[in-house]
Amino acid sequence: MKEIAYEKIVEEVKTMCMESNYNLGEDVYSAFKQALQTERSETGKEVLTQLIDNADIAKAERVPMCQDTGTAVFMVEVGQDCHIAGGRLVDAINEGVEKGYGEGYLRNSMVYNPMNRKNTGNNTPAIVHIDLVEGEELTLHMTAKGGGAENMSALKMLKPSDGMEGVKEYILSIVKEAGPNACPPLVVGIGIGGNFERCAFLAKKSLFRPLGVRHEDPAVAELELELMEQINRLGIGPQGMGGSTTALDVKVELESCHIAALPVAVNLNCHASRHQTIVMK
Amino acid sequence: MQKKIRLPLRDEDIESLKAGDRVLLSGVVYTARDAAHKRMVEQEKEGTPLPVELNGQVLYYTGPTPAKPGEVIGSAGPTTSGRMDLYTPALLEKGLKGMIGKGYRSEEVIASMLKHNAVYFGAVGGAAALIARSIKRAEVVAYEDLGTEAIRKLTIEDFPVFVINDIHGGDIYKDGVAKYKQ
Repeated sequence: MKEIAYEKIVEEVKTMCMESNYNLGEDVYSAFKQALQTERSETGKEVLTQLIDNADIAKAERVPMCQDTGTAVFMVEVGQDCHIAGGRLVDAINEGVEKGYGEGYLRNSMVYNPMNRKNTGNNTPAIVHIDLVEGEELTLHMTAKGGGAENMSALKMLKPSDGMEGVKEYILSIVKEAGPNACPPLVVGIGIGGNFERCAFLAKKSLFRPLGVRHEDPAVAELELELMEQINRLGIGPQGMGGSTTALDVKVELESCHIAALPVAVNLNCHASRHQTIVMK
Repeated sequence: MQKKIRLPLRDEDIESLKAGDRVLLSGVVYTARDAAHKRMVEQEKEGTPLPVELNGQVLYYTGPTPAKPGEVIGSAGPTTSGRMDLYTPALLEKGLKGMIGKGYRSEEVIASMLKHNAVYFGAVGGAAALIARSIKRAEVVAYEDLGTEAIRKLTIEDFPVFVINDIHGGDIYKDGVAKYKQ
């Protein structure tokens, strides 16, 4: 059985927290460059130019691209033949977050609980989703998820009779309502199906897929492209000041659901779509 | 077109600004976000004087990252302004002349801005490393216990913003979107 040391996980998580906040992924950076070519609004172009310059500065100076350095969210795949030695996996992740946010001069944005709203002072706890998979590898996917776009996200239990037209209509209404608040251009993550909590999880999970990568099911891939076109026709544009670039990408994940149900979740991501993946073997 | 404006805002500057204008601001602004607003408005209700004189000033809604050693400030982009809406009319009553943030304002805040001749600027959300370059000095002047949410006095130079709501009823979030909606 493969053994992975607790301390090694701490170190990897620390690095992921810092890198995700300093280095905008190549997928998002390319999407900015592409959007600059196609954006129709001059104001929109100016916003995109600032975002490209900002990403360059953050990378070169190793400073956070956004002051909202996010909630640290992890999707973890634990191989069932791997053993984590020296402590609990979730403790290792939280220790790594504390070190990464502390040593990396990142902002602490978590409060102990919504009633007292007292800052925990180290950006923990991280939100950790664990999946048990085959094999002996440990895969950590991490995102630093900003609060502005998360605040404009939503979930609704539609009726099966609403059909896919109802689903599309609901998604567009959420993007429209979010307007400038969610910091467009957006990455729109959508969950369809599952149940109440699973649907929200699917929407979050979809945001981990790199920009430009379509769903493997051609019908879902087509839905993603159709939604992207419709969203970009809303006219919201970069920072909501009008334009043709409202979404950089749209991601859909779906799952089986109850005969009575049609859950839909829309998890918005600002343009600072910060994600990192590490495989430990 | 890009305008350059030195703070504090003069009446003629405010008069000249139109929704959608690109502006470079220089001078002094004060930072405040959720917790500082809540405390200011509570103090105001109790009759305690505000820790900073807001008459004629501009507030910037931001909670910066910690400054690296030798740096003036960390990354410091705008946060969502709508969360301050509940508290804003009371501060406009006190003479606040401008706000920098991002995102929609409530009808009530827009009406209050029109009444008090105040303007709402938007900085680019997420351009925090770029924006930090135009911040030349930063000092905590009140509510130090609030950490990132403390009130800071910032000296800015050519700080890039867009006019979102002007005093003539213009609103770039409405006008801009209407122009590009298909």
